[in-house]
Amino acid sequence: MYVAVKGGETAIDNAHRLLADRRRGNRDVAELGLDHIMEQLSQAVDRVMSEGALYDRELAALAIKQARGDMIEAIFLARAYRTTLPRFGYTNPVDTAAMQVERRISACFKDLPGGQLLGPTFDYTHRLLDPGLAEGATPETPETRAPEQARMMRVSDFLGQEGLLEPAPDGSAKPVPDDIARTPMTYPLDRDARLQALARGDEGFLLSMAYSTQRGYARSHPFAGEIRIGEVELELEVPELDFAAPLGRIQVTECQMVNQFQGSAKAPPQFTRGYGLVFGQAERKAMAMSLVDRSLRATELGEDLVAPAQDEEFVIAHADNVQATGFVEHLKLPHYVDFQSELDLVRRLRAEAAAGTGEAREAAE
Amino acid sequence: MNTEARAFDWAEAPAIATYNFAYLDEQSKRMIRRAILKGIAVPGYQVPFASREMPMPYGWGTGGVQVTASIIGPDDTLKVIDQGADDTTNAISIRKFFQRTTGVRTTTATTEASIIQTRHRIPETPLTAGQVLVYQVPIPEPLRFLEPRETETRTMHALEEYGVMHVKLYEDIARHGHIATTYAYPVMVQGRYVTDPSPTPKFDNPKMDQCPALQLFGAGREMRIYAIPPWTEVTSLDFEDHPFAVQAFDRPCALCGADDVFLDEVIMDDQGGRMFVCSDTDHCNGRQQAGHAGEQET
Amino acid sequence: MQPSLRPESFLEGGFADPVLGGQAVFRCIMQAMAEPGTVQPISHDLQPPEPMTATMAAIAATLCDADTSIWLDATLAANAQVVKWLGFHTGAPVTPRADQATFALVGDIGAMPALADFAQGTDSYPDRSSTLVLAVEHLDRGMALDLSGPGIRDSRTLRFAPVPSDFIAQWAANGARFPRGVDLILAAPGAVACLPRSTRVRQEEG
Repeated sequence: MYVAVKGGETAIDNAHRLLADRRRGNRDVAELGLDHIMEQLSQAVDRVMSEGALYDRELAALAIKQARGDMIEAIFLARAYRTTLPRFGYTNPVDTAAMQVERRISACFKDLPGGQLLGPTFDYTHRLLDPGLAEGATPETPETRAPEQARMMRVSDFLGQEGLLEPAPDGSAKPVPDDIARTPMTYPLDRDARLQALARGDEGFLLSMAYSTQRGYARSHPFAGEIRIGEVELELEVPELDFAAPLGRIQVTECQMVNQFQGSAKAPPQFTRGYGLVFGQAERKAMAMSLVDRSLRATELGEDLVAPAQDEEFVIAHADNVQATGFVEHLKLPHYVDFQSELDLVRRLRAEAAAGTGEAREAAE
Repeated sequence: MNTEARAFDWAEAPAIATYNFAYLDEQSKRMIRRAILKGIAVPGYQVPFASREMPMPYGWGTGGVQVTASIIGPDDTLKVIDQGADDTTNAISIRKFFQRTTGVRTTTATTEASIIQTRHRIPETPLTAGQVLVYQVPIPEPLRFLEPRETETRTMHALEEYGVMHVKLYEDIARHGHIATTYAYPVMVQGRYVTDPSPTPKFDNPKMDQCPALQLFGAGREMRIYAIPPWTEVTSLDFEDHPFAVQAFDRPCALCGADDVFLDEVIMDDQGGRMFVCSDTDHCNGRQQAGHAGEQET
Repeated sequence: MQPSLRPESFLEGGFADPVLGGQAVFRCIMQAMAEPGTVQPISHDLQPPEPMTATMAAIAATLCDADTSIWLDATLAANAQVVKWLGFHTGAPVTPRADQATFALVGDIGAMPALADFAQGTDSYPDRSSTLVLAVEHLDRGMALDLSGPGIRDSRTLRFAPVPSDFIAQWAANGARFPRGVDLILAAPGAVACLPRSTRVRQEEG
């Protein structure tokens, strides 16, 4: 006796109650506060802000807690909230030369004005698990110095003075940037739209695409011209005011890759740029982004298209982890109607093949 | 199963995040509404739209949900089906989403609904004028698996260059003796655009032709909206010597005895026992209530 | 109810409830576009400054925003209150270029430019075309047009007045450009009807 499945609604409610229970875990363990996440899992917060495309530490922390630490799930929560927010305007481009720098390194020069500033980095830590941290040691008070008020010139500016580095694109030609969250992407993209897509792209995907260029799939001879992390001021032009209204400061990571370039029919030999800019402290992502940005400029620079990392539609259409996870995971949904259609077809084809008299033979004749 | 409309109230929502009627902000709705009007004006053409992240994953009906959210109002009655059934988990989830964000009345009865959002089926009960059928579409581009590049397929549509599709279908015939596409079977809309019907079984294709209801298609992840107005010619691609034909089942529904419907195969035991029942649960229930019975019920 | 007498009238006369008000108007327009030539009654509470009609204002407030450009015909563009009202209630930028307009608002049909002067879209992107909103006086009298095409079972008769000059020939040319071409929303007092580019029009005999 067959009885159609019912009670799906109850099943869903029960599943979600169980999820809430598992999320909380052992009630004897103190509950995680958003401040714990913001303060002590700050790089996770940064990743959710950048790929969630929403600069809000508290909401990012909430998303991480709600997602039980599943980063893509947390990014998805941030995006789904972000998308409902009204758009008030576009800030002026941030001036990263005026950044209050906490970390700044260049691989191209031994020393440079402003100096090399290591800042809070995992670099040169020995990756030995720290039993002291497991027990909750209080760290030493770090050495700090008063923030520099002067602008810290970018390495790209030094190189640009000599004409060795291609000039930065002229932003004035396009005063209002594309906005991939408001208008559908149409290929080929302008670079501003492409950079937006990369900035919210999946760190792992961009990392692998960037890595592929280093291994010879569209090699671009990169040097880390400069990586800087720090706070920049956001300013909004308001028609009623005769100055740009300051909105506050955000932390960003900027990476300028400098790539050797032999020249092509379209451009003379010079160093070219790959650019990465990401919310928060996200060095790996910014570096990967700048490598992929450079490889996606292949058509613009007249290079041969030989590798996946140069294929704009391939890279951009698959970089978004919220889209990717949704479509991969949608295979969990029932597909039995389509499967039934396929079952019917395969049975028929097998029957015809067994009989050896199918229409297939007629068609072939 | 019907629920009454209730006043829309987000008072229960936490203060840290608040949402609009039908979730989407008004600017997003306007953008989607404009795309819908263009889609209606150019039947079968895929209008690009700036799809929003929705609070359910891409691939789980976000396109359909955005379309429904942009058209739905307090006077509507909503039905949501997945695989033809109102009680599949994703259909329940989407129905609950709209109950929660709009408070509109919901129903499982095809005849009572003003908006029907669907995944993978068209109801067996004929649709009527004034109804809107909203399809959830995963891959809106019927040429996508023949040509992965959007830049190429867009040109093919612009030039009405559909030879590649006919070649693919004809290769099926050469190899198998018939067209081996059983769902998402491409259609020609009003003689101009080759269009993806969404992954409905080809059994449902004839229902799209001269349908009195408005058919709207939303592909969220792929950022496309398209439409088939009421009373529009929709033909399934075929050849003179191999005309389009729908699946036929060699037995009726075991529950209601219907023999002109799409059936699900249900595995009954581990000995290969199986039975066939209506995929459209509302249609099946209605027939049973009207006294029809299949072999299991007699 | 004389909004034009108020000094700041452009700030008023919008949707009392933009969310549900806009939804209701959109559904009328959608139904009218889906079934070309049907007359859909429209109800709303908008009170725009003259000479913009209330129905036209409701359509603009429903569909236009900062992401759409609006072209105004001379009658509407000459009225500062109308321009301010649209700016305040929709945020849409006004363009002087008919061929770049997302929406075109035509208050004086007798003086309107040719349909071909508006944005037609491209064969690749036929959606990049202008939608024309025409302030008509009547949807129950005027030239009788015999309509056919998508959204129409067999045929349907539409009358409206005033009709743009040389309309039958212009509309035939618009249809010949398909999938490019413009779509029309006819805004009458209390009702709308639509003519999407897919609709074929013949003048009825007699």
